[in-house]
Amino acid sequence: MKDVTFGQYYPRDSFVHRLDPRMKFLFLIAYIVAIFLATNFYGLAVCTAVLIAIIALARVPFGKVLRSIRGILVLLIFTALLNILFVDGETVYAQWWIFVITREGLLFAGLLSLRLVLLVLCSSMLTFTTTPVALTDGVESLLTPLKWIKLPVHALALVMSIALRMIPVLMDEVDRIKNAQRARGADLDRGGLMHKIRTTIPILVPLVLSALRRADELGDAMDARCYMGDKHRTKYKKLHFTWRDLLAFLVGAVLITGVVLLRIYLPAPF
Amino acid sequence: MRIVAEHLSYTYNEKSPFETAALHDVTLTIEEGEFFGIIGHTGSGKSTFVQHLNGLIRLPASLKHAKKHKAKKGQPLPPAPVLKVGEFDLSDKKTDFRALRRHVGMVFQYPEYQLFAETVRDDVAFGLKNFSEKKLTEEEIDSAVCAALEVVGLDFDELKEQSPFELSGGQKRRVAIAGVIVSRPEILILDEPAAGLDPLGKKEILELLHRLHREWCKTVVIVSHDMDEISENCTRAAVFSEGSVKYVLPPKELFRRTEELTALGLDVPLTAKLCAALRARGIDVDCDFTTEDFADKVLAYAASHPKKEGDA
Ligand SMILES: Nc1ncnc2c1ncn2[C@@H]1O[C@H](COP(=O)(O)OP(=O)(O)OP(=O)(O)O)[C@@H](O)[C@H]1O
Ligand SMILES: [Mg+2]
Repeated sequence: MKDVTFGQYYPRDSFVHRLDPRMKFLFLIAYIVAIFLATNFYGLAVCTAVLIAIIALARVPFGKVLRSIRGILVLLIFTALLNILFVDGETVYAQWWIFVITREGLLFAGLLSLRLVLLVLCSSMLTFTTTPVALTDGVESLLTPLKWIKLPVHALALVMSIALRMIPVLMDEVDRIKNAQRARGADLDRGGLMHKIRTTIPILVPLVLSALRRADELGDAMDARCYMGDKHRTKYKKLHFTWRDLLAFLVGAVLITGVVLLRIYLPAPF
Repeated sequence: MRIVAEHLSYTYNEKSPFETAALHDVTLTIEEGEFFGIIGHTGSGKSTFVQHLNGLIRLPASLKHAKKHKAKKGQPLPPAPVLKVGEFDLSDKKTDFRALRRHVGMVFQYPEYQLFAETVRDDVAFGLKNFSEKKLTEEEIDSAVCAALEVVGLDFDELKEQSPFELSGGQKRRVAIAGVIVSRPEILILDEPAAGLDPLGKKEILELLHRLHREWCKTVVIVSHDMDEISENCTRAAVFSEGSVKYVLPPKELFRRTEELTALGLDVPLTAKLCAALRARGIDVDCDFTTEDFADKVLAYAASHPKKEGDA
């Protein structure tokens, strides 16, 4: 289970780690906009360079970040194949039955895959460099305006932070349960698909029960401490923008402008 | 089966920011037939050690060991780790770990949280079916499950069709223990078997362990925080501290070192505290630190020294 790195904080004391979580969110949004505004490889090359710079600056190992692609690998291959095989174009390389492989199809598949990869990598950089608590504080603060339309912003943020907080806890729990069933002779590491499905039951049942038990206990603990939502609550850590955030803001702004300029002056490859 | 461990070291999440050293050069032998205790402060590596014993945590292959230490030239190669349980050599990758686990039963902390089946019978039979080479008949399963439930003090006919989730906490724990011993392991390891039970429940579980030791499993190893538990039950005990073994002694000798144990952040049995207090007042009572023996020795002392007062 240790290979699920998405949503895992990677502790370091770096420029990126110290950014205000709200700024990181805004930057991520700007980055995603830039990815989709970039209609050619020049724009995406700029985006890639920015991402590499961020990863280097955050001092998170590249291998660790790259591993977060695994989660979308199937989707990635599927969409790429679909585009390669079905997109029509002028320069046809190969043709068979209803499939055509064209220059345009290849380029389009490449662009789309690169976009997806950048999207996932940049989002996972947010969770690598931001603690769940900071993340929720950021979301709550950014969504505050929505309180005007009676959206329970505080409760939503709390739900999100508990969910994030529980991912590693449940992963440890899975390890523990697996070990306990292995000790009772369960053969979890070999076997075909049917065997795998059968052996998930002794893991899944205790896991679900434990998650429900934890939820109950947490609820009781919150009641016992008179938790009543966000009325009259003050923050333990107040968020402040600093010069770092200004810098990040500028980079984001320059990135979007740059990509837009590239889109205008260097036309799309098809 | 004898357990021999030499130079065991283990680090969790090696080469990551979450790296924690859990064991450091642990050497320990547990003889067949012992009722062995493992004690230590929280985080001292007790659970990590016992998980080695049935191959849930593997030793590094010897090649990897040599490679890892080759980098530091000029220093002699540290001795390679050895771990043997009876005939099984756990440093060999080709060892049949499932066969090993059949002989080394492991009851984890809060074992009731691993129950999963619809009925008590099916849950207890899980390990039995996993470990048997041939397909068992329903009668064979019934009789084995019945015997295992009986030895943990539960009634097969009453419980077999019940859901394990409807039982009381103490009953659940017994069912979970039955689910481990049902395959008749020679060595039974229990991690904090009495954690979270009331004093009566604790006493019952310890009585159960004695019964198992007498009738069912040759060797019993328990991990515990509770010094009274260790002093009353074990033939020998190992003291873990910060990932290494500090002492391996019979409780009688162990608890004479009251000060050293306290310095390691460990509690000592009440009787040991009383002995130390008496010794400070010039009364030397030599006992094996079980409550009964302590009371006898103090009374004997009082009888032979009628002038001084020797209150128990
Ligand atoms: N799955 C794990 N991942 C990372 N670190 C771990 C893991 N399990 C234990 N550790 C660490 O290894 C060290 C030894 O842990 P271990 O569980 O063996 O201690 P213990 O003596 O059993 O403690 P306790 O009495 O609290 O059960 C501790 O510092 C602990 O934080
Ligand atoms: Mg433990």
